[in-house]
Amino acid sequence: MENQFFTDLKSLPKEALQKKLRLETDPSFRTDHMKYLPGMEQISSDVCGNVMSQMHSYDPLRYTAADVTAALAHDVCSIEDFKALLSCAAEPFLEQMAQRARLETGRHFGNTVYLFTPLYIANYCENYCVYCGFHCYNPISRMKLSLEQIEREMKIISESGMEEILILTGESRAQSSVSYIGEACKLARRYFRMIGLEIYPLNTEDYRYLHECGADYVTVFQETYDAGKYETLHLLGPKRVWPYRFDAQERALLGGMRGVAFSALLGLSDFRKDALASALHAYYLQRKYPQAEISLSCPRLRPIRNNRDIHAPCVGERQLCQILCAYRIFLPFAGITVSSRESASFRDGISKIAATKISAGVSTGIGDHESKYTGKETDAAQGDEQFEIDDDRSLRAMYQDMADNGLQPVLNDYLYV
Amino acid sequence: MQQNDPLIIGGHQFHSRFILGSGKYSLNLIETAIKDAGAEIITLAVRRANTKEQENILDYIPKNVTLLPNTSGARNAEEAVRIARLAKELGCGDFIKIEIMRDSKYLLPDNEETVKATQILAKEGFIVMPYMYPDLNAARDLADAGAAAVMPLAAPIGSNKGLATRDFIQILIDEIDLPVIVDAGIGRPSQACEAMEMGAAAIMANTALATAGNLPLMAAAFRQAITAGRNAYLSGLGRTLVRGAAASDPLTGFLRKGEN
Repeated sequence: MENQFFTDLKSLPKEALQKKLRLETDPSFRTDHMKYLPGMEQISSDVCGNVMSQMHSYDPLRYTAADVTAALAHDVCSIEDFKALLSCAAEPFLEQMAQRARLETGRHFGNTVYLFTPLYIANYCENYCVYCGFHCYNPISRMKLSLEQIEREMKIISESGMEEILILTGESRAQSSVSYIGEACKLARRYFRMIGLEIYPLNTEDYRYLHECGADYVTVFQETYDAGKYETLHLLGPKRVWPYRFDAQERALLGGMRGVAFSALLGLSDFRKDALASALHAYYLQRKYPQAEISLSCPRLRPIRNNRDIHAPCVGERQLCQILCAYRIFLPFAGITVSSRESASFRDGISKIAATKISAGVSTGIGDHESKYTGKETDAAQGDEQFEIDDDRSLRAMYQDMADNGLQPVLNDYLYV
Repeated sequence: MQQNDPLIIGGHQFHSRFILGSGKYSLNLIETAIKDAGAEIITLAVRRANTKEQENILDYIPKNVTLLPNTSGARNAEEAVRIARLAKELGCGDFIKIEIMRDSKYLLPDNEETVKATQILAKEGFIVMPYMYPDLNAARDLADAGAAAVMPLAAPIGSNKGLATRDFIQILIDEIDLPVIVDAGIGRPSQACEAMEMGAAAIMANTALATAGNLPLMAAAFRQAITAGRNAYLSGLGRTLVRGAAASDPLTGFLRKGEN
């Protein structure tokens, strides 16, 4: 299955092409994805073991309609109930699940929906993750914003009314160092109330530093919790080390971050198992750190530059809706973010049921907010996008659409203390 | 209806015993909710008001209503104190509702940290109204720390489950000299009425209204239920028989009159 992602990039230098090909075809050429690299902090934690044992024993085909009915009848959704709600047997119960999910969302969040926007500050990457637009072999336009450029982008976004920002980089510590990201956080504090990070996994002390610079939320996508599958998709670079990535959220909390976000990239492996593992990862970590704010998202694979065939054929909108409803019923208090990868109609619908946070005014490219927000042509260099988005509504349009849907858009509900 | 029955909190007099939340519904419903609820106090999260937002929640609250800013988001006393001071800077007045949670799942208050924050903020001149788990010892400590009222939870916040902690709230009402304002978990007007019959000084509700089909109508229903419960409390409830009926021939009728 992994071969659907490989692209024949003839423009690469011969040596690079040979190495790429060998990584793709010769597993013995690849490093041990379960072995930590020098400098990677190892913490002692039982969370991974708990999540993995549940995921390995989960058989989505074993559940029946009776299990789903029972799960929906329970006041408190157990792990077993959650497994039933994620199973194939729950698909015919989608409307009942949505009704229940909406009730839970209303109890915990009322009719509010939070808006935020991502800001990509660099797209350099040291990893070869075969499905990602930023991967190191993909001949795209690379860019790292200077601090002046970052501030300019932030100013433009801030002027649109946005108060929460998610700072992203490609995964290259060499190009986008921790101190560079820290400076970006300090700048962001001038323009935004809330700062989240979606960057390469770090050690506890690095997270502590970035928290002191103003960041309070950390998102790390595990991509897939199926470590065997992960190995076939992340062929080169520090990201290949699966367990170091798994413990990133825990290290972020140990470093003082207020909240952490979890996700698998649906379509890479068995999406029901990945959905189960994502939510249990959040569940067990919140049990261990009860003060932690947790949130989940549910991105699906999207086409990238130089490979338009990448998508998630098994995960339709009905399946995505099922997962999001199951998340809401199992973890009624968790934030749920729905990405601009999804269509406007899906995001409008799901925000009435389960989502609590959606992005607006999104660009996954580098340094292009001015042209995208103002329509102004610019000669300045721009970096290529990580993936293609679907819903390109501006903050203003999103705010209005959400309000028209009977929801109260909220731009900030957060204090850095 | 009882006319001369003010609710006094920190020396301020109120005639409504319904405290309204503001965080879970549309901003343009706030004004009508206040009107239909007859509320004189409305809570708001400082973190939500800490905004340059085009639509600041503060702009939607009529000026004659007393603001009760809350410290939600605080995980310990120190954070609550900082948020309270920020509330004052933002012009939210002297009232502060202390909410300290180090549990993101149930949002249960941390009584110990709440006592610490109450001590500090009461000394600074705030009118402190702490949200608490209904524990008698903690309530006594809060009273000693200078709280102007105590706000025990009826059930987990947002649960609409009603008086799950009924017996413990009754103990607070019986033993604490401060107003006992039942906060969190009240899902129906009948539950609000019951708490008022028990002697609660006021009711705070948010989710029950936010999740109602018709928010203004539900606000009015709560207002009436709270008034009814208060009047019942003031009038003195009649006896309730726990079991059986009253015997017309008393069981002790065999005792001869005139004997001790």
